[in-house]
Amino acid sequence: MGRGDEIRGTNASLPGAGVRERELRSGPAAVEAGPADDRALIDRLLAGDEAAFAGIVDQYHGRLLRLARSFVKDQATAEEVVQEAWVGVLKGLRSFEGRSALKTWMFRILVNRAKTRGVREARSVPFSGLGDGDGPDEPAVDPARFRSDGMWASPPRRWEDDTPEAVLLREEARRRLEQAIEELPPRQRTVLVLRDIEGVSAEEVCNILEIAETNQRVMLHRARSTLHRALERYLEEDES
Amino acid sequence: MLTCQELTELITDYLEGRMSLWDRIRFRLHIGTCRHCRAFLHDRKLAIKTLGKMPADPIPPDVRDELLHTFRDWKRE
Repeated sequence: MGRGDEIRGTNASLPGAGVRERELRSGPAAVEAGPADDRALIDRLLAGDEAAFAGIVDQYHGRLLRLARSFVKDQATAEEVVQEAWVGVLKGLRSFEGRSALKTWMFRILVNRAKTRGVREARSVPFSGLGDGDGPDEPAVDPARFRSDGMWASPPRRWEDDTPEAVLLREEARRRLEQAIEELPPRQRTVLVLRDIEGVSAEEVCNILEIAETNQRVMLHRARSTLHRALERYLEEDES
Repeated sequence: MLTCQELTELITDYLEGRMSLWDRIRFRLHIGTCRHCRAFLHDRKLAIKTLGKMPADPIPPDVRDELLHTFRDWKRE
């Protein structure tokens, strides 16, 4: 099979947890499809290759739905938004110029559909231009865990699991993470899904969501801190 | 000296590479001497990487069939 198949079935394939900051910044997208793979895939789609379309549908439908869920509350509406996005993808395919990765382009279409739908149903949560993380300004870590001089009173434990795979093997850990993601304020959830789950770069996320970089970073920080706390709570219960 | 509490708020700026050189040095110095914050950084990176491995739900067969129909219609246009 061609190289296009490498992009199937994984949204991140970085080895080990000893990851460098640079890798976290560039994200899983860096190891996904390159422009050449995209071009080959698009050529197949334009030629009417149904297997190629089935391939991206299998690969992306669930991911688009996960992203849509951060915009619209109920599952049925989210599914409609994803359907509309697929139609938008097909319509736009002939004029796709490859200025961004195909994946990013599809996410952009989804976000635009979801926003339109949200406005129509008066249920959208607008992105604030004021650098607000939409949600209370919560500390990353419970202040009670620090002494008055700002040093740890109740320090974190280094988790025993050393790889994401080991964490996800625990069914309950995965469930807790999913639940914590669902409970995030909507805009934080969108940013987290795009950045950390899908590996879209900060620059592209700002672009897609039309928000400032600092705002994006505040939301990412709050969302990551919330998920870190959720995972910590679970792993400490489990390991104790 | 950076406090541990401050470090937990600066960690995203650090991982995003959005820090002045001086703050970066202060961050690294702290990490180098504080094993609790080293654990915190390790755990944070693991949490982020775990998110990057979260699988999405598979597409239901009827939805898939419908999309393939849409594709065939698009082809004929």
